Amino acid sequence: MVQKLKTKRFFWASGLSALLLLSLVLSVMTGSVHLPFALSLKILLSHLPLIQLTPTWSLAQDAIVWDLRLPRVFLAIVIGAMLSSTGVAFQGMLRNPLADPYILGVSVGAAFGAATSMLFFRNSSLLGYFTTPLFSFIGALLSLWFVMALANHHGQRDRETLILAGVVVQSLIGAFLSFLIAISGQQMQEIVFWMMGSLANHSWLDVGMLTPYLALGYLYLALQQRDLNLISLGESAATHLGMDVEKKKIWVLIVGSLLTGAAVSVVGIIGFVGLIVPHLMRLIVGPDHRILLPLSTLAGAIFLLWADTVARSIIPSREIPIGVITAFIGAPFFAYLLKKGLRRGQV
Amino acid sequence: MNLFDVSQVQHQYGSIPVLKNIGFQVKLKEIFGIIGPNGSGKSTLIRTMSGLLKPSQGEILLNNKPIGSYRKQELAKLIAVLEQEGIPPLSFTIEEVVAMGRYPWLKPLSDLSRQDELIVHDVLKNLGLWKIRSQAVNTLSGGQRQMVSLARAMVQQPEVLILDEPTTYLDIGHQTLVMEHVRDWHRTQGITIIMVLHDLNLASQYCDRLLLMDQGYVQSYGTIHDVLKPETISSVYKTDLIMIEHPVQHVPQFLLTSK
Repeated sequence: MVQKLKTKRFFWASGLSALLLLSLVLSVMTGSVHLPFALSLKILLSHLPLIQLTPTWSLAQDAIVWDLRLPRVFLAIVIGAMLSSTGVAFQGMLRNPLADPYILGVSVGAAFGAATSMLFFRNSSLLGYFTTPLFSFIGALLSLWFVMALANHHGQRDRETLILAGVVVQSLIGAFLSFLIAISGQQMQEIVFWMMGSLANHSWLDVGMLTPYLALGYLYLALQQRDLNLISLGESAATHLGMDVEKKKIWVLIVGSLLTGAAVSVVGIIGFVGLIVPHLMRLIVGPDHRILLPLSTLAGAIFLLWADTVARSIIPSREIPIGVITAFIGAPFFAYLLKKGLRRGQV
Repeated sequence: MNLFDVSQVQHQYGSIPVLKNIGFQVKLKEIFGIIGPNGSGKSTLIRTMSGLLKPSQGEILLNNKPIGSYRKQELAKLIAVLEQEGIPPLSFTIEEVVAMGRYPWLKPLSDLSRQDELIVHDVLKNLGLWKIRSQAVNTLSGGQRQMVSLARAMVQQPEVLILDEPTTYLDIGHQTLVMEHVRDWHRTQGITIIMVLHDLNLASQYCDRLLLMDQGYVQSYGTIHDVLKPETISSVYKTDLIMIEHPVQHVPQFLLTSK
């Protein structure tokens, strides 16, 4: 059984990795200046160590690929992986297939935290570059705690209540956030655009800052795959099988908030990724987290990479916020899941 | 030799007392039944004995050690619990769900060994689930699901099996099937069984000793014949009953009488 799982995981992970690499090249060639596939590939390869290629391209083309497009591609990959793995973790731990950092109001909490730090602690050198992610993390954690406390009724928590609690917290924090923006004066436009979710204007520095969050967060979640499976039997059944449910739940939710917080602090609010991707992957590869978590993480990276490619190229010389693209796909999807869930009593 | 020693256990939910001064012992390798009307505190009692709930007062010893002093994983190696609801409608396969029963025996970060898989396979074959092992749990009937629950508990290889009304949602065919497998397990492996039962007739046929609860108290406690007296049962359940002897097993059985 374990062997079969490993084979299946290897097959799928290889396939998705290949698709991710292909998407990377396709995304790099797309944009206001179109670069042929072969040329893009050559430029990319020339930057790899141990590969020597005689340049047949201009310095400008190299700069477009390496300095402009590639950091953005990597940012999309990292953010997609973060949001999607968080979705898997939240859905597993809360036993609710609708749990997603955006729907539960965690993203807006993170945005509030980040906006606070941008407005009031802009020049604080205490934590330097890590001030905003830290505030964002605290905001995410507080809003999640608030949602959980609201939805908890004598230890019972049903699916719809959790979603409603998310709506409540989202509106409240959303109001605070709008208030902050309204009094922010000069920085208003900058914050508004950031909040709508955009991967534009980022450098390798941002990718470098986020990667450790993704690596550590994913590593922690990957070690909890067995527990995420067990909890699907129910909290008391998992306890009877020796799992420390309360402790695990708190830690998984903290790590999820950390991933969301870090992502939001750089690119703003991008909704629904953690809802759509894990759900589709669950349909394809089944509910086992030992395979669902790694594949959803990969698929999330691919999904966001394409969403961003569409966002920056669908209207020439214009940029659509990526949050708009994911919401265009995600909101109808959410509606469909909700409807299906209400009819069958389960999603 | 006592496996469980429960003394002076009390429990309140908020200000409502549900367990009042409960004391009894469960002997090693017996089948111990807990009966009583709805709301008499049976399920709460079971939850304190499986370590899920810490009682407000009193002490529960398992192998002479307070149950609270066991680590969760240690406890899971000793006690398996079959819940009333069985398994939620998951899209995991039967084999995957049954394999989760090995969890307390796995070392950190390791997956099922060949040995673990063999244990799972044996149990699946014994319970007649081998042929349908790749079927998703959410396609099964209530009776089959309870068999999967039982298989998972067996794979756990505990010393005690606690069952909370295992037959509530089952037809009589599946009721007997589950009970017979539980008794076989008890006989071949010598494990101790503690079960909450609604059905007095099942209780008298399968249990060695009984505990009758009423409104949070122990009403009576002892052998089948000590506990199942028609006058006590009638007054506790507030209904008219006729007691007869089972023609084959010679244990008390109850008939309901319509008014």
